[in-house]
Amino acid sequence: MDLSFGPKYSAFRDKVRTFVREHKDKQPASGSAPKSSGILNWQALLIEQGYHSRTIPEEYGGYGAAPDIIESRIIAEEFAREQMNTGLGGQGISMLTPVLLEMGTEQQKQQFIRPSIQGKLAWCQGYSEPGAGSDLASLTTKAELDGDEWVINGQKIWTSSAHIADWIFCLVRSEPEAPKHQGISFLLFEMNTPGIEIRPLVDMTENANFNEVFFTDVRVPKHQIVGQRGQGWKVANAILGHERGSLAPPDAANARLNGVIRLMQQETIDGQRIIDNPVFRDRLMKLQGRVMAMQYNDMRLFSSRINKNQDTKLAGMVVKLIGTELRHEIEGLAIDVMGEIGLSYGDNPYIRGNGSWQYQYMLYLGLIIGGGTSQIQKNIISERGLGMPKEPKIETKRGA
Amino acid sequence: MEFGLSQEQILLQDSINRYLYDQASLDVVREIAAGDTDDKTIWSGLAEMGVAGLMIPEEHGGVGLGSMDAVIVAECLGYHVTPSAFLSSAVIAPSVLLSAGYTNDLADIAAGTFRVGIAFSEAIGAREKAGIVVSESHLSGKCLFVLDANADAYLIATSEQSIYLIRSDAAGVKRNQLTTVDKTQTICELILEEVKAELISTDANIYLKALDTGRVIQAADTLGAAQCMLDQAVAYANQREQFNRVIASFQAVKHMCAEMAANLEPCRSMIWYAGHALQAVPEEAPLIACHAKAHLAEVGRFVAKTATEVHGGMGFTDLVGLHYWFKRIGCNRQLLGSPERLREDAARIQSLI
Ligand SMILES: Cc1cc2nc3c(=O)[nH]c(=O)nc-3n(C[C@H](O)[C@H](O)[C@H](O)COP(=O)(O)OP(=O)(O)OC[C@H]3O[C@@H](n4cnc5c(N)ncnc54)[C@H](O)[C@@H]3O)c2cc1C
Repeated sequence: MDLSFGPKYSAFRDKVRTFVREHKDKQPASGSAPKSSGILNWQALLIEQGYHSRTIPEEYGGYGAAPDIIESRIIAEEFAREQMNTGLGGQGISMLTPVLLEMGTEQQKQQFIRPSIQGKLAWCQGYSEPGAGSDLASLTTKAELDGDEWVINGQKIWTSSAHIADWIFCLVRSEPEAPKHQGISFLLFEMNTPGIEIRPLVDMTENANFNEVFFTDVRVPKHQIVGQRGQGWKVANAILGHERGSLAPPDAANARLNGVIRLMQQETIDGQRIIDNPVFRDRLMKLQGRVMAMQYNDMRLFSSRINKNQDTKLAGMVVKLIGTELRHEIEGLAIDVMGEIGLSYGDNPYIRGNGSWQYQYMLYLGLIIGGGTSQIQKNIISERGLGMPKEPKIETKRGA
Repeated sequence: MEFGLSQEQILLQDSINRYLYDQASLDVVREIAAGDTDDKTIWSGLAEMGVAGLMIPEEHGGVGLGSMDAVIVAECLGYHVTPSAFLSSAVIAPSVLLSAGYTNDLADIAAGTFRVGIAFSEAIGAREKAGIVVSESHLSGKCLFVLDANADAYLIATSEQSIYLIRSDAAGVKRNQLTTVDKTQTICELILEEVKAELISTDANIYLKALDTGRVIQAADTLGAAQCMLDQAVAYANQREQFNRVIASFQAVKHMCAEMAANLEPCRSMIWYAGHALQAVPEEAPLIACHAKAHLAEVGRFVAKTATEVHGGMGFTDLVGLHYWFKRIGCNRQLLGSPERLREDAARIQSLI
């Protein structure tokens, strides 16, 4: 067990720390619009300094450093310590960019990566359909080649940010005769292409963050495909794994838990602080123990990326399942701590923390479902982690 | 940076496991549990491998390994539900005696020929009005749920967290074995009447450090026992057939196993870190020790129940012996502080109370 990063990295840490100290007051105001100049300038500064898109080659607009997991970790730690704005995320940056780097054509890399990481090109992910959720590979949105163009017909659903996205990366069925996993292609196209209709869906948080997206004879240039025809499933899976773990980072859970501690020290019932109530305290400490376990699990996973000989397959598979459920419970404890006040939402004058406790409580239920439900995670853990058999095939109505 | 076991630690783990597969099979555990024999043969075998003196420095006859190594050994012992004096004689006692600079018995402890039991229950939380009164280096009173009914001496913590050493054969010592559900660990009560004792420490920190270490090691024992139950459940599910298919193909069974694995796997990292922190990050050790033991008690209980359910009626019988693991996990949960108590300690350590 050696948890130090060694002297080689202490100078690097100092440099990051200095940057954070000097730029703490220059961050964009929280709640700034995604494409406001404040956000875009900040993003540009982070990339220029190597604190965002660090390992993306310069020719595609990144900083161009050699991959070094420890350096990335140090940046994350130092930014988190001061709760510094880490720049833009979103599906274009966290999901599409890595895919293009790995499987995109040179022309696609040139065209898309720079504006995406700069925050000038916003993406949405068009995977789920009304008939294809957990069973994503059964998707039916059709793409037929007509000369030099794909013609797309069908419908997507739960498409987060489709209403503000410039482009979509989309899974379509291009080879209807092939077995279901081998008939899918991964296409990129503009959201203002004729034939696309976006209908917002209001979610339980009262926000319309995701949408239904309808395609009627949407024509897309033939070359806007990532990977080969029929390889879309492979392309998509390369990033799904990436998405899952990142939905529930344990350090963020710990930060929220510390927020609950402060809340318990401030809130009172009949003049008694909630932290002095042993029942609530026990619930709090139980959650803290669970968060700790996930933090050390994360440390082990981090270490296995540096030391390739460590087997952490199972440790990685459990993060989405445990992390999202845990986070939902942490937010739920905060609501219970406040009792009736915990119900406050919107403009209620008694609201605490801008309503973030109720909001995150609901949001994390969404994340328990999104990105592969908890039940699907358990299928994966039992089949790929523990080697238990797959579901036996039964005749389905579609005969698939 | 490397979070994980070293090559030496993997070798240690392999050699302990190999020994336990050969010498401490379930049949042997059954004999000991039935009272047909005791754990002395296993303990002297383990002592030959250096387990009894694992944490004792070489100059005192031990092998001088650290708390992380002890965690690994405990995981193995839990996995095999091995009856042994490891927690008391090889972990808690050396911690106390070394911190206090009392080195007389260390060589014999390391050789496995002298076993030291632990009577900390009253310092952690007295029940039944048990407790010890000290008068001019003589102890009188009662200690309940003392670890190791076969020990040659006992370290007794008072409610003030001072620690005394008494010999089992000293005048005025009455020792009654207490039957518990868990027959793989022996527990006794000590009834003392004016027993001559040696004062080992009046420093609460010595007591607390030994307790933290003991708690982590016991949590590691639970980790090993729970891992074995999960492995047995998966193996059983893969061969038992109902409705013309193996029960492992039923999603309800798969999800039981997945839930066990999902809860247990992060525990391994937690316990490893705790073992590391005891030595390398002492300022974090008290908190992580409380949380590690409390969390493993909860996950352990869940795994013990669920793995039994996966076995159906067979799990409830004595035939597969799964109940030895179930009971070991249950026993570990209560000894050295139940989870509720540990979580209160955790809150206190962070000044939340
Ligand atoms: C907040 C949020 C954001 C999202 N963002 C996007 C996005 O940007 N782009 C996108 O493409 N999609 C997005 N999704 C969609 C998401 O991926 C799907 O909702 C998810 O995969 C589940 O599919 P479904 O909703 O059709 O539920 P279903 O698949 O119909 O599941 C319903 C229930 O059946 C269970 N079930 C289904 N199959 C099995 C099985 N084999 N074994 C056991 N149980 C099973 C499920 O666990 C669940 O409990 C988002 C979802 C949410 C909630």
